[in-house]
Amino acid sequence: MRFNLLLAAVIAFVVLAAGSVILPDWAMFLFAMALAKGLVCLGIVGMMRGGVVSFGQGLYYCLGAYTATLVANNLGVSDIFLLTLLSSAVCLLVGMAFGPLLSSYRGIFFAMLSLALSMVLYGSLSKMSFIGGTDGLNIAAPTFLGWAPEGRPLQMALYIYVVAIVVIAGVLMRIYFDSERGLLTLATRDNELRVEYLGASVRNVMTYNYVFGAVLGGIGGTIAALALGHVDPEFAFWTTSGEFVFVAILAGSLSVPSVFVAAIILELVRSFSNLYFPNTWQLALGIFLLAVIVVLPKGLGSLVSRRKGSPA
Amino acid sequence: MMKSRIGGLLAATTLAVGMAGPAAAADDTFKIGVITFLSGQAAESFGVPAWNGGKLLVDMLNEGGKLPAPYDKMGFGGMKIEAVIVDEAGGATKQVQEFRNLVQREEVDAVVGYVSSGDCLAVPPVADELKAFTILYDCGTPRVFEDGSYEYVFRTAAHATMDNVSLARYLKSRDFDVPSFAGLNQDYAWGQDSWADFTGAMKQLYPDAEVKTALFPKFGAGQYGTEISALLREKPALVHSSNWGGDLQGFLIQATARGLHKRAQLALAAGDHVIPQLQDKMPDGIFLGARGVNGLAAYARGGELKQLTDTMWDAYEAEYNTFPVQAPFRMWQALFGLKTAVEKAMADNGGTKPTSEELAAAMKGLSWDAPSGRIEMALADGHQAIQPNAIGTTKWNADTGKMELVDVEYYDARCVNPPEGMKSQDWLAQGFPGAECD
Repeated sequence: MRFNLLLAAVIAFVVLAAGSVILPDWAMFLFAMALAKGLVCLGIVGMMRGGVVSFGQGLYYCLGAYTATLVANNLGVSDIFLLTLLSSAVCLLVGMAFGPLLSSYRGIFFAMLSLALSMVLYGSLSKMSFIGGTDGLNIAAPTFLGWAPEGRPLQMALYIYVVAIVVIAGVLMRIYFDSERGLLTLATRDNELRVEYLGASVRNVMTYNYVFGAVLGGIGGTIAALALGHVDPEFAFWTTSGEFVFVAILAGSLSVPSVFVAAIILELVRSFSNLYFPNTWQLALGIFLLAVIVVLPKGLGSLVSRRKGSPA
Repeated sequence: MMKSRIGGLLAATTLAVGMAGPAAAADDTFKIGVITFLSGQAAESFGVPAWNGGKLLVDMLNEGGKLPAPYDKMGFGGMKIEAVIVDEAGGATKQVQEFRNLVQREEVDAVVGYVSSGDCLAVPPVADELKAFTILYDCGTPRVFEDGSYEYVFRTAAHATMDNVSLARYLKSRDFDVPSFAGLNQDYAWGQDSWADFTGAMKQLYPDAEVKTALFPKFGAGQYGTEISALLREKPALVHSSNWGGDLQGFLIQATARGLHKRAQLALAAGDHVIPQLQDKMPDGIFLGARGVNGLAAYARGGELKQLTDTMWDAYEAEYNTFPVQAPFRMWQALFGLKTAVEKAMADNGGTKPTSEELAAAMKGLSWDAPSGRIEMALADGHQAIQPNAIGTTKWNADTGKMELVDVEYYDARCVNPPEGMKSQDWLAQGFPGAECD
């Protein structure tokens, strides 16, 4: 099992990394952004396995992005590893503060509370005109352990960096999903009371899922900010969070790689519909999402798992 | 082995994407990527009229000989203009992605776009990274070139400081007594910046005027009952607002219903674009700007540019059955500037399609005529335009059934814009040093 996982990870890394050579510039950027957003969605999938959906993952996406930007602009740090580490640490702390609070809520209450927290961040950042208010601020291109590439090498380095993180995070989350606590999450969705009577703490499980989601959100936000070169409070707006939920629903909670495939598909569909139907691209996107939900109610992951014959 | 299966799927997508070749423009066409709001709140006010005007001008230029000299030559230097349109809705993240797609996938020769200030801040670093010639045609924030400098990015419209300085100067030149004033602006960067500019200008011109209250309702609020009550209670002599679109229409209709316009003078920094929607519901006697000599102010100006202005005005009215407001004027001045730059670059390089470098060199410090007046790339080392401005007073003409602008005052570009090398906030705080007002 572990060997298979490792093999799959290596294959996934090689295939994805090959994109840095094959892909044209625009697609490499699109893939890098999609994978960064996929990281955030992976966190939501982790929570979805326990039957709750966070509509406020933008909170950590934005927090990670702003932490990286403010640190880069004010302390002169430009190393991508250091920035990622710092912003995931900040998100870890915030996640640990809110996790225990949110872990006792379920369903719509969990969704609304998480949404409220992200909108508080949105509102506060919009008011802070000294860091750009609603217009946001720019962040310079990152360096990689002292190496400062430009042009295509920069895009390639960023892309390989996000691919590496995606593969590592994917493997770790798979291991976590298959671990005792990860399986308890699934049991919680089916029958919370029974899990409690078996002697496990549901709150504890939910807190873990939330904190993992927070850290993944922070990493995703940091990479997105560095790739875009710009952050604004929109990162924490509910439509951004809603998009993450869309991807999570598109992917379903059965398979980890399908989250990233779903993120890439969504970005591709959006990009091309935006170009070919400039006046009705939202409609095209909506029809696409609706079609996927009707045809594959359990998400893209069910395509693979159905053939395997066993869920999860 | 689901990972490798999905890996295979990914590889297939990768290949498919890699093979979908970009459609590079031939040497006899000049391909522009146009980004403007086609959906959302800014579409009706700015995005759609801007591109209506742009499309009209592109068609006229492609036909050739429809416009007075120096714009009588076909297309851009004889090249046919081809436009790819992208919706600006969706935030800065999406715009950076779409910008890369336009440049790297569609291989456009130039990008013209951006109404939102956030997009105007996010896109320039990417434009420089990709060495893509880019014109920001509409957005207002002075921060673009005051906080950064870019080689391939140009803004062909003056930044927003001019709007509010002109409004304050209009009050002064008409000897309007302002013992006190108040503001109602949208609660986001545009509204906050506009109010800061207006109070900054008023502090210089009316040092004794008292600020009664500064209200910042939410962007897209729609309901202004509480704010109007507060304004009626505070009794300021003047109410300033930089609201636009539905927010401005909502405010004006609710304010006139309660008689606010009779108890206080309304001064709107960018208000002309709601006239086609409001018609006679727009009260008389409002002091109104259009972010440049645009719309009715350009129509009323006459002078040397009358022929050019009237040609565009009549064509627009004939095509869309309404008159052009500020947004098409700003799109026109961007396209006329681009045409001038392309033709200048072609004169220098022997008549071949100019590269981004050649375009940037030609655009730097350029000046040209547009229906909105003489546009000069005078600030930020030749990357930021200044342009004349006008403020007027609304008056409904019941005989013709049309809104008119009366008592229009025209301001020279150098009177209402800061000089080269000075940030607008410093310029306001120091009392407009270097301003040239005949």
